[in-house]
Amino acid sequence: MSENTAALPEGLPGVVGDWASDKQTFFVSWGKAMMWIFLLSDTFIFTCFLTGYMHVRYSTTVPWPNPSEVFALTIAGHSIPLILIAIMTFILITSSGTMAMAVNNGYRRNRGKAALFMLITALLGASFVGMQAFEWSKLILEEGIRPWGNPLGAAQFGASFFMITGFHGFHVSVGVLYLAIVAFKVWRGHYERRGYEIVEIAGLYWHFVDLVWVFIFAFFYLW
Amino acid sequence: MAYVAIADQEHELHDPHSFVTKYIWSQDHKVIAIQYSVTAIVMGLFGMGLSMLMRLQLAYPDTFSFITPNAYYQHVTMHGMIMVIYLLTALFLGGFGNYLIPLMCGARDMVFPFMNMLSYWMYLLSVFLLMTSYFVPGGPTGAGWTLYPPQSILPGTPGFDWGIIMMLASLAVFIIAFTMGGLNYITTVLQARCRGMTLMRMPLSVWGIFVATIVGLLAFPALFVSAVMVGLDRLVGTSFFMPAILSAGQNLDYQGGSPLLFQHLFWFFGHPEVYIVALPVFGIVSDLLSCHARKNIFGYRMMVWAIVAIAALSFVVWAHHMFVSGMNPYFGFFFATTTLIIAIPTAIKVYNWVLTLWRGNIRYTVPMLFAIGFIFTFTNGGLTGLFLGNVTVDLPLSDTYFVVAHFHMVMGVSPVLVLFGAVYHWFPKITGKMFNENLARWHFWLTLLGTYAVYLPMHYIGILGVPRRYYATLGASFIPDSVQTVNVNITIAALTVAAAQSLFFINVIWSLMKGKPAGSNPWNATTLEWQTPDTPPKHGNWGPKLPEVYRWAYDYSVPGHSQDFIPQNEPPSSHSATASEHGRH
Repeated sequence: MSENTAALPEGLPGVVGDWASDKQTFFVSWGKAMMWIFLLSDTFIFTCFLTGYMHVRYSTTVPWPNPSEVFALTIAGHSIPLILIAIMTFILITSSGTMAMAVNNGYRRNRGKAALFMLITALLGASFVGMQAFEWSKLILEEGIRPWGNPLGAAQFGASFFMITGFHGFHVSVGVLYLAIVAFKVWRGHYERRGYEIVEIAGLYWHFVDLVWVFIFAFFYLW
Repeated sequence: MAYVAIADQEHELHDPHSFVTKYIWSQDHKVIAIQYSVTAIVMGLFGMGLSMLMRLQLAYPDTFSFITPNAYYQHVTMHGMIMVIYLLTALFLGGFGNYLIPLMCGARDMVFPFMNMLSYWMYLLSVFLLMTSYFVPGGPTGAGWTLYPPQSILPGTPGFDWGIIMMLASLAVFIIAFTMGGLNYITTVLQARCRGMTLMRMPLSVWGIFVATIVGLLAFPALFVSAVMVGLDRLVGTSFFMPAILSAGQNLDYQGGSPLLFQHLFWFFGHPEVYIVALPVFGIVSDLLSCHARKNIFGYRMMVWAIVAIAALSFVVWAHHMFVSGMNPYFGFFFATTTLIIAIPTAIKVYNWVLTLWRGNIRYTVPMLFAIGFIFTFTNGGLTGLFLGNVTVDLPLSDTYFVVAHFHMVMGVSPVLVLFGAVYHWFPKITGKMFNENLARWHFWLTLLGTYAVYLPMHYIGILGVPRRYYATLGASFIPDSVQTVNVNITIAALTVAAAQSLFFINVIWSLMKGKPAGSNPWNATTLEWQTPDTPPKHGNWGPKLPEVYRWAYDYSVPGHSQDFIPQNEPPSSHSATASEHGRH
């Protein structure tokens, strides 16, 4: 607020007045505001995907395969349910931690460290996508699960699985590329003059992709 | 440390130097707006041509050998989709949104001009993909603009193999284009206003476009998702929307999908889409009425909150399009209630428009004629909406010409009237030339009376039970013979209206070449876009210094002031204080 504006009223009218003040509503950069709005829109895409999946899961006429059996790995003679997904989830959440450290180092203007942490984040993301590729090929080649049907039960299982994890994996892959490009530019000193908010904007996207995964994990694998 | 608003910080303006960067790969929001508008209007003309073919078939069945049943369904489908998405959405948000937001908010451009440019080119690509469907085997899809599976992807529907794919691809690309543009519009309104331009001082045009864009960013995802899922059902053979089904004696490989899910997803987009078109119209017509009645808009705050309320409610009414789909009747009760609640904020807006006119110093300029025509048409269409919103009344009327008449009145003719009113209103600013008043009046009266001659009889034949989307009714016993006479009359009226649109294009071309110079503010309007140093505004809009705003957008006929309007950027010291300078508007 500029200094020549009258004092704000208390409570809700104050909030409205504050948001409606001149020039800008939120005291953030244009890029950051735009990223938040984009993520809001993207949230609706994933929500529609997940709602659609839940709907077909309820309406299908054939029993739904048991995810903890489908997504089990046999390691040293023991079948361990969801072990690969657990590792993948752990990696993705770890990558959110390294991303936060990149943001911190960016604002401290340690541009070498910021670039390094971004690169680690991107590598963790890439290993997530790699494991997803492993998971897909196992399901397709060994279990015979296809988008149009599978031997275990409802055809919609494979269809929803490949569509939702595919769309999420696409988001992760785009994020890896995005992080790598920004990391390279940070390392080159491209943002010395403008500041390192760009790292945080990239981080917003990354945390979002991470958060979406938590919902996919809960609704698809654990249900 | 003092915070410097980003809009005030130094920004490099990349002035275009060559013809290509100035008019083709342009990043200037005004040029992009014109690119969007011209493309959308060309699409609109194409869609209008398709509707003429449909009307010819209905009035003179067995006459035109080139209108086969398949072609008729393709015309229905393409007409609907083109008009809703590629004309109205693109024109009001891509066209007027791009032109008006930076100028009315006092910004130099959109916040990310490069992305704005990409938005237009993606839109053009989606148009290209859509038109490609005329050149693929089987032609464009004939599934109706709602594209309901199973029929949209099963043999028997025209374009079930390639046309539907092109349609879905085109929609997906359009949504990406809209997202890139929409993010720009929202961020510009929120973050790049000039000094003094609080949200509650913005002209209602900006409010309408702004809220419609938010609605679009939240509703288009549902269309995107349903397009992806239909595409997978068609191409990969998944069964999202496809139950086990027999087609031409063959048992298809689908099983256990839910056709109702598609309808829910589609209408979760489809109903907000109505308001994506309507809210910019509401906003623009408010500005036209206020300016040409020389009177402040009645109930500005209520107008803003009504826009916001309509936007919020638009997300909880979608299943009123599905009363006959076989869903649970209790849903019908809920959605009928929410639908009728929307009538409240909408009625507030209509009353406020009328009260704005009341005792105003009304000037029957061309934009004003269109705006008043809009009030009548919108009220007519809205009243039939009350019929269709009630489940028991909707059941017999569903899928008849009554529905066709209703939505054409409320979301076809009404927005198009405002579209023309807005073009005539801002034409002097966009081109610097005045249009020909007489031609424009002819255009208005032929369009208004002609569309009533088209759609009023349609209500009647709808109540008789004539079904929509039928190629021919083949002398069904419940349809009286007189319906054929009505159909001939409707077609003659429709052809007249279509021909009358040529007056508009003649007017535009004549005015561009021979129109009188308009001056910077021919309507004596208060809003910022009329206060630019150059007409038409140059790149960067404002010359060296950004404008400052001291008042709301509706200081018309202020008592004790020498002129009957006070521009938003006129400082308060130069005349006696007005109500708007006190308090927060």
